[in-house]
Amino acid sequence: MADATYDLIVVGSGPGGYVAAIRASQLGLKTAIVERDALGGICLNWGCIPTKALLRSAEIYYMMHRLEEFGLAADNIRFDASAIVKRSRQVAGQLSNGVNFLMKKNKVDVIEGSAKLKGAGRISVEGKSGTADYAAKNIILATGARARTLPGIEPDGKLIWTYREAMVPPAMPKSLLVIGSGAIGIEFASFYRAFGVDVTVVEVMDRILPVEDKEISDFALKAFKKLGMKLLTSAKVEKLDKGADNVTATIALKDGKTEKLTVDRVISAVGITGNVEGLGLEEAGIKVDRGHVVVNEWLETGIKGVYAIGDLVGAPWLAHKASHEGVIAVERIAGVKGLHPLDATKVPGCTYSSPQIASVGLTEAKAREAGYELKIGRFPFIGNGKAIALGEPEGMVKTVFDAKTGELLGAHMIGAEVTELIQGYTVACSLESTEAELMHTIFPHPTLSETMHESVLAAYGRALHI
Amino acid sequence: MPTNILMPALSPTMEEGTLIKWLVKEGDEVRSGDVIAEIETDKATMEVEAVDEGKVIKIVVPEGSENVKVNAVIAVIATEGEDASAPAPVVKKDAAPKPAPKAEVVDKKEVAKVASPATAESENSGGKRLFATPLARRIAKDKGVDLASVIGSGPHGRIVKADVEGAKGGARPAPLAPASSVASGPAIDPRVFYEAGSYDEIPLDNMRKTIARRLTQAMQEIPHFYLSIDCELDELLKVRKVLNEQAKDGVKLSVNDFLIRAAGLALAKVPDANVSFAGNALLKHKHSDIGIAVAIEGGLITPIIRHAESKGLAEISAEARSLAERARAKKLKPQEFEGGSFSISNLGMFGIDNFTAVINPPQSAILAVGRGVERAVVKSGKLEVATMMTVTMSCDHRAIDGALGATFLQAFKTYVEYPPSMLL
Repeated sequence: MADATYDLIVVGSGPGGYVAAIRASQLGLKTAIVERDALGGICLNWGCIPTKALLRSAEIYYMMHRLEEFGLAADNIRFDASAIVKRSRQVAGQLSNGVNFLMKKNKVDVIEGSAKLKGAGRISVEGKSGTADYAAKNIILATGARARTLPGIEPDGKLIWTYREAMVPPAMPKSLLVIGSGAIGIEFASFYRAFGVDVTVVEVMDRILPVEDKEISDFALKAFKKLGMKLLTSAKVEKLDKGADNVTATIALKDGKTEKLTVDRVISAVGITGNVEGLGLEEAGIKVDRGHVVVNEWLETGIKGVYAIGDLVGAPWLAHKASHEGVIAVERIAGVKGLHPLDATKVPGCTYSSPQIASVGLTEAKAREAGYELKIGRFPFIGNGKAIALGEPEGMVKTVFDAKTGELLGAHMIGAEVTELIQGYTVACSLESTEAELMHTIFPHPTLSETMHESVLAAYGRALHI
Repeated sequence: MPTNILMPALSPTMEEGTLIKWLVKEGDEVRSGDVIAEIETDKATMEVEAVDEGKVIKIVVPEGSENVKVNAVIAVIATEGEDASAPAPVVKKDAAPKPAPKAEVVDKKEVAKVASPATAESENSGGKRLFATPLARRIAKDKGVDLASVIGSGPHGRIVKADVEGAKGGARPAPLAPASSVASGPAIDPRVFYEAGSYDEIPLDNMRKTIARRLTQAMQEIPHFYLSIDCELDELLKVRKVLNEQAKDGVKLSVNDFLIRAAGLALAKVPDANVSFAGNALLKHKHSDIGIAVAIEGGLITPIIRHAESKGLAEISAEARSLAERARAKKLKPQEFEGGSFSISNLGMFGIDNFTAVINPPQSAILAVGRGVERAVVKSGKLEVATMMTVTMSCDHRAIDGALGATFLQAFKTYVEYPPSMLL
């Protein structure tokens, strides 16, 4: 392709990049998007979406083992690992095609290849048919991130997996070691455990899901143990010795002892690192700190007209955070008035384990650290009629309020479908509701959402059903 | 109950005013929002609006009355019910006292409403609708911020928490400059003047943000003026040398320690200069709490030596050193750098002869100290060499006038030039 001038070129078509491109097109910017692999990025192809498809299979399979509870019966309950993976890939494929359609609809040019910055306003893309240069008034870098590797536990794709291999297992392993208990580690642990795999999770911190509120971590630990998962906290995998078709891990335990554990497969889920290589960042004078591009509150890199968003710029590594940053960067470029930078305390986080976990805002500990005087509300699922009818009485909702102003500082949930519920609190935070509006909001009966109402009431000593 | 209409305060400093004209007469029906009278102060004429509905049953203060005290009853309104049941003359005797200065405050909220005719349209008085988040409303109420005076930065100009947090509390007579107009950055982004890549962009840390905000605010809000005076240092240097030679281990007095003590004593001697401007009052401090500007990595901070007037040089010296060390280690507690009434900023060690400093609110003055250096001075007609130091005081003109500032500097100079006077 010959030289072309764009108002905006977005590098990377994950949920940050493609959303930025659509928003730019809506604002009348002539826009192109560069992708070296499949449209939709990791999220659609190798992350959020295909894992949700896998977990849906896991959930149904798990429920099939509980049929009697509900007065149902079935014989010969089986699963087909390859069919489960096939469905997951189909779902990903469908959505990637969807992004392709959205790009066409919004007249965003899709440029296939790997992009490299050539100073402000210029970019070269190396594709299958050679390299072409493009000029753009603005550039948004949205190249995302990949699994971080730790020395001694480097993934090989066969015995030691990252999320990528873990999502397309050729067959179910008998035993599995998951290193890291963040959202990714816990979701895979949940998935494999549902299919009867002997799962051990090792976490370096003193609790699993370390970014969540401690009470939620503790609740989750108990729930996962009940499902037969082994979870070792304050423990560290020191090395992995690969056998022919298994791996022996040396694990340093909390009490100073070491344990040897032999498993079929290992999943390394020890965090992620930004895809900063090959973009020509250094030559362009863009700062990179510990694997992430350094930006200001407006996602500006310091080089005129070059922005960076999403996983590339750091935590929280969440698709919806990337999308929102994409919109902010584009609106900044287009000069939209009344913009606000992203407020990290209003980014919800979800873990699709069984039970599910969702949260927004500050944990109790973080809120105390920030000097707030707190009112805390808790409500258990066991006090909720719908939860009992669903056969999902395990769960709780915790709300954290600023005692002085009634501001909802944080909400933390564990239990069935909480990932679908958290948005209620996120809207409330976004609208700067106080406890009064939440108390006056009518929650439909019978729903799980009533636990959210009760938790708010409980913070002020007014819970009804407990 | 009939409602008393009180003489409103049109400004924080207003104590009395003139009732120029009544726009209603006894027996008239008034509705909330009707203009019923005109009031004049030394500065302006304002309209008084009715807050309640009803019939004017008594005009207590006649038209043209001067020196009507704020909060005195000027008229009485009766609501419908009692208007019918109780004839006006009976009610007026009980309810309306003679036009005496001592008036009963019926309801604080009503007084406030009458008192601010300019901003009477609040969200519940039928004026234009005000958009603010619930949290912003609650914080505004707690802080006493009038939402009508706040500019919203949320969607469609909605007032959000951040807008209210930046606003000042307290009963506000009329909307001043909206709080959010305090610029957070330059009007024109300086990046447009420079080629990309020709500079490094260092994001502001919290200290830099605080310095930028507070000093911008100080320079915009405080009418600064500056007074300079030269002080001869030779006596002080001699005394310092002797004291340091005879001092116990660990005591090493600096020139600045003397200046802190001199400023503390001068403030005690000229207490009118030891003040903070509080909008509707001056806070006259009982002690000399003196901030010392300490340069630290990435900025500066001004820890405070409390009660400097009653502390000896050794004590001041030890305290100043400890504060400065902890400031550099960023280990000061907020109570160690908040408040104070006066600051000293000394750039003498850098060879600066004289400079001016920005006042550090809520203080009202800051002394910029230059270096001590030998200069040719004329004494009794003869040219002599003396070690001289120029100090420049920045004063908040709202609190300290020129003559007052000069009186303070004279006292300061006396202590500095003749240190034994610090013993008295």
